[in-house]
Amino acid sequence: MSLDERKRNKKNKKKNRLIFRSAVLAILLGAVIFALVNNLQQDNNIYRAGDQAPDFKLEQVSENNDLETIQLSELQGKGVMLNFWGTWCEPCKDEMPYMEELYPKYKDEIEIVAVSLDATELVIHRFIDSYGLSFPIPHDATGEVKDLYKIGPIPSTFFIDPEGEIVEVVEGALSLESLEGHLQEIRPAS
Amino acid sequence: MNKIKCECGHVNPEGTVLCEACGKPIEGNQHIDGNDEKKLLNMRYEGSARRSQTYNKSIIDKTWGFFSSVKVGVWLIVLALIASALGSILPQEMYIPADAPSRDPAIFYEERYGVFGLIFYQLGFHNLYSSWWYMLLIALIGVSLVICSIDRFVPLYKALKKQKAKRHSTFLRRQRLFSETESINENDLDTVKERLKKQRYKVRDEDGHILAEKGRFSRWGPYVNHIGLIIILLAAILRMTPIMYLDEYIWIREGEQLVIPGTEGQFYIENEQFLLENHDPNDEVFGEAIEMEGEMIASNYQTDLIIYEAKNDVAGADPDLEKIVEDELRMNHPVKFDRYTLYQSGYQLNEFSNMSFDIVEEDGDGEALGTFTVDLSSPETSYELDSGFQVEVSQYFPDFYMDEDGNPASETNFPRNPGFVFLVYPPESDTAEVSFIGIGRNIDATGDNNYSLSINDFDMRAASGITVRVDYTLPFFGLGAAIFMIGVIQGMYWQHRRIWLRPTSDGVMLAAHTNKNWHGVQKDIEKAIDGTKINMVEDQQELDE
Amino acid sequence: MSTSMLLDISNAMLFTAFILYLIATFFFGATIRDKRSKHKKGIAGKIGITITIIGFLAQLVYFITRWMASGHAPVSNLFEFTTFLGMSIVLAFIIIYFIYKTGVLGLFALPVAMIIIAYASIFPTEVSPLVPSLQSYWLQIHVITVSLGQGILAISFVAGLIYLIRQIDQTVRSKRTTWLEIVLFTIFLFIGFIVSTSIFNFMDYEATFEYTEQNALTTTEYHLPAIAGPAGGELMTEGAMEPWFEAPGWMQGEDAGRKFNTVIWSFLTGTLIYLLARLVLRKRIGKAMQPLLKNVKPDLLDEINYRSVTIGFPVFTLGGLIFASIWAQIAWDRFWGWDPKEVWALITWFFYAAYLHLRLSRGWHGEKSAWLAVGGFAIILFNLIVVNLVFAGLHSYA
Repeated sequence: MSLDERKRNKKNKKKNRLIFRSAVLAILLGAVIFALVNNLQQDNNIYRAGDQAPDFKLEQVSENNDLETIQLSELQGKGVMLNFWGTWCEPCKDEMPYMEELYPKYKDEIEIVAVSLDATELVIHRFIDSYGLSFPIPHDATGEVKDLYKIGPIPSTFFIDPEGEIVEVVEGALSLESLEGHLQEIRPAS
Repeated sequence: MNKIKCECGHVNPEGTVLCEACGKPIEGNQHIDGNDEKKLLNMRYEGSARRSQTYNKSIIDKTWGFFSSVKVGVWLIVLALIASALGSILPQEMYIPADAPSRDPAIFYEERYGVFGLIFYQLGFHNLYSSWWYMLLIALIGVSLVICSIDRFVPLYKALKKQKAKRHSTFLRRQRLFSETESINENDLDTVKERLKKQRYKVRDEDGHILAEKGRFSRWGPYVNHIGLIIILLAAILRMTPIMYLDEYIWIREGEQLVIPGTEGQFYIENEQFLLENHDPNDEVFGEAIEMEGEMIASNYQTDLIIYEAKNDVAGADPDLEKIVEDELRMNHPVKFDRYTLYQSGYQLNEFSNMSFDIVEEDGDGEALGTFTVDLSSPETSYELDSGFQVEVSQYFPDFYMDEDGNPASETNFPRNPGFVFLVYPPESDTAEVSFIGIGRNIDATGDNNYSLSINDFDMRAASGITVRVDYTLPFFGLGAAIFMIGVIQGMYWQHRRIWLRPTSDGVMLAAHTNKNWHGVQKDIEKAIDGTKINMVEDQQELDE
Repeated sequence: MSTSMLLDISNAMLFTAFILYLIATFFFGATIRDKRSKHKKGIAGKIGITITIIGFLAQLVYFITRWMASGHAPVSNLFEFTTFLGMSIVLAFIIIYFIYKTGVLGLFALPVAMIIIAYASIFPTEVSPLVPSLQSYWLQIHVITVSLGQGILAISFVAGLIYLIRQIDQTVRSKRTTWLEIVLFTIFLFIGFIVSTSIFNFMDYEATFEYTEQNALTTTEYHLPAIAGPAGGELMTEGAMEPWFEAPGWMQGEDAGRKFNTVIWSFLTGTLIYLLARLVLRKRIGKAMQPLLKNVKPDLLDEINYRSVTIGFPVFTLGGLIFASIWAQIAWDRFWGWDPKEVWALITWFFYAAYLHLRLSRGWHGEKSAWLAVGGFAIILFNLIVVNLVFAGLHSYA
């Protein structure tokens, strides 16, 4: 073997080693990033501010409202306050009058959609009657939409802008002021 | 640096500590394994050249070098250990007790554990094991595993393959077990050879230089078990992808038939009945323990279920259901069908399914003037009775209680303690009598009702909580665990033993090395040299002090 | 045979085993005086191991008869598990003894086993029925393997401890002598535990308390005078000592107050015995014991330490992680759930993995290795005692 050949040989070996190491490190780095990103996405299963609100379609049960069904995507162009509630939930009862109070004022720009998680329609009707609610109340009898939005404790409220993007998620009851503040945020730009 | 040619003629890669062939320490490289400070040779990886220690130029090489260090690996293990311990101090979020006043972690930790709990929560330790940094720590251990193994396996393999029976005298002298005999009998060496062979050593003889070796495959144990661990880590990554893993939960009441979530409408489940059985408190053997416990001890949770598969699933049409499985689902007895596994995970007893009421005249003979039945899962607004009575449901509280203001309300969404306000319209009357009725309650609101209601009958049912799982990663975890076990057993229950005999002018030098169980190799030598003139090896180990 | 008779035999056999271990310990103690014990095995060692084996067989009879009586392997609650751990340590010792023939190992291993069996007695000893989650043959497979693994690892602790007492320079006081003294002091605490519980057991001391736990009124019986009463508890027995203070409320699990009280008694009694010993010996315990061990070969101890880990680690992994996961998958639909007990099994595993890597690759032999063996056993005990007493998890059935 000449000196030249030997040098070349050594260079080749070094090069191969570098390629091998780079490849192994790249694969490992890829796996680590994949794992971390996946992990973060699992946390992201819950819809947060900035996410597109997933679409759903439910039967509207309030007799005070003309809509027969509610489909979120059909409400694009209007802001949507998507509220999850139940007749057995005390804080939900507290915020209902505020929603009713502000509904007529914002009606043309914002739809208030209060999804009831009750098991029976009867209790919803009685509740609507005693509180005199006029906004649409879809009934999620199977809990499908509740699962879709990963709702934990209620009330839970999503404020969705006219483009269908979630602007704010509020867990727990709203006061009149905070409710109005959030509604202002999702009004269509005019 | 160039390759190193040993005096025995073998050419070693740079960075070699002990010649691959004859074991002679290579001058100038002894600091790598710390041989310069000690009498005995450090035999790890046979003194072969670990590449990570020789090149350190580009960033790739530096990263490689970093992860190839066992020191780094051990530090990662120690960090993971400490982190795991931290997370176990307080319950993780998923273990917040169900009866806690507030299960909201933002409240729970501070409320129960004070400032310490608040800090624990704020540092995110309530979800420590799924935090990005804990995952990263485990992932880095994985990286270290891969690189350490590659970096050591190749040179070790080469060194063990290239080793010669003829070893340099320095190599023998600096082994932990060594002896030198001035003169031996002619056939002593043959006797030893034969005896070593009998002890299942592989004996090689090169010009009278003898190498007896056994259990070399145990040297591969660590690499095998590391492969197992890597498979387990890969399986954990796979499990994060939704294709490989499905986890759903379903509450199903007795008599209900529901579509199984996650099966896209292909499978239905029917709950025939739910059973909760207890151990007999008068049991001869267990009675005492049950009495000490002070309450019933459950012996069985069971759902008798039927699984249906939906055929001709045309949109809008009711699917034809074909029964595919009928089984008892119990704890420790999951039910499998298709690719799904069902687990008995929870239950809710004492829900009412329906209630029947009698209308009775207050001052009458107690004869029922009419009966009606309310289906609690979908009560109607009013009931017309044959006898002409009309009963309107004014209020329905599925889980009745009196709230703080003294108003009737429902505590939950489930019919566990139903309460009703009925408006009873007697035949051909427009004025209603108001009655409140619930379990153990029958209130005449005005006090001058002519008719009263009473509960005549009711049905109760239990709800069963069932987990639905698909986990294609389980075989990978199993494979990884099996390979890991094979690797550790291979590496730990067998030992690599080598005995060298190097003839001198009249006598012989005898040395031995093993990676563990020195006691065992000494016994082997004792047996082999028994009755010969060869001296027993001395243990030259220098312990720390 | 009726079940009550079986149980009587069972309990008697456990007691017999305990006494036999005690006797065997003395014989192993005699081996250290036997100067020739290294090569010609002393007669004391032979008698010692024979008695140990008989004791082990007696405990095996306890185990089998209790199994027959209850219909399930007696490893289903803390009393049964802890007792079985003691039995595993004895078995591991017997195995290691026949490999290395070192009597002095028994002098330390048997007391450790006895302490653990005695510790088991603070838990309710009644035969308890199985809750649904435990009704699986994996119960015996998982628990028996785990405890066997831990038993073997305990021998590495014993060898490490003897090594430290034998090797640490006791002529001057140093960090190492202090740490060794702390380890020995901990053993005194366990002795304090046995002494205090036996004395009051002998006196038949009893005090009943009433307290609320998880919204239910419960009673607990103290067999030691209550220094710490149960949180929110009320003394029901007349003439019994009023508690000085109440156990903190964050201690969870059944009878937390009573267990906490036992800890206090053990601490007080153990400290007292320790101080008395120091007063009599007028030097550190470690220093006093060192000359007794001068005949033991340190490199043999180092090897036993390491060998026990290499044998015990795979067994522990199999039982504590792999079998545990398989069972968890069947019973709870997930093979790993970060329950405190699971986490501490993982921590034990991490620790011994670090031990092996440090030893193999970084040359941590001898004293460093011995310290690590002590640390590993500390983690095992932590998992057995603290995790069960303080952290309530899926495993706290008893």
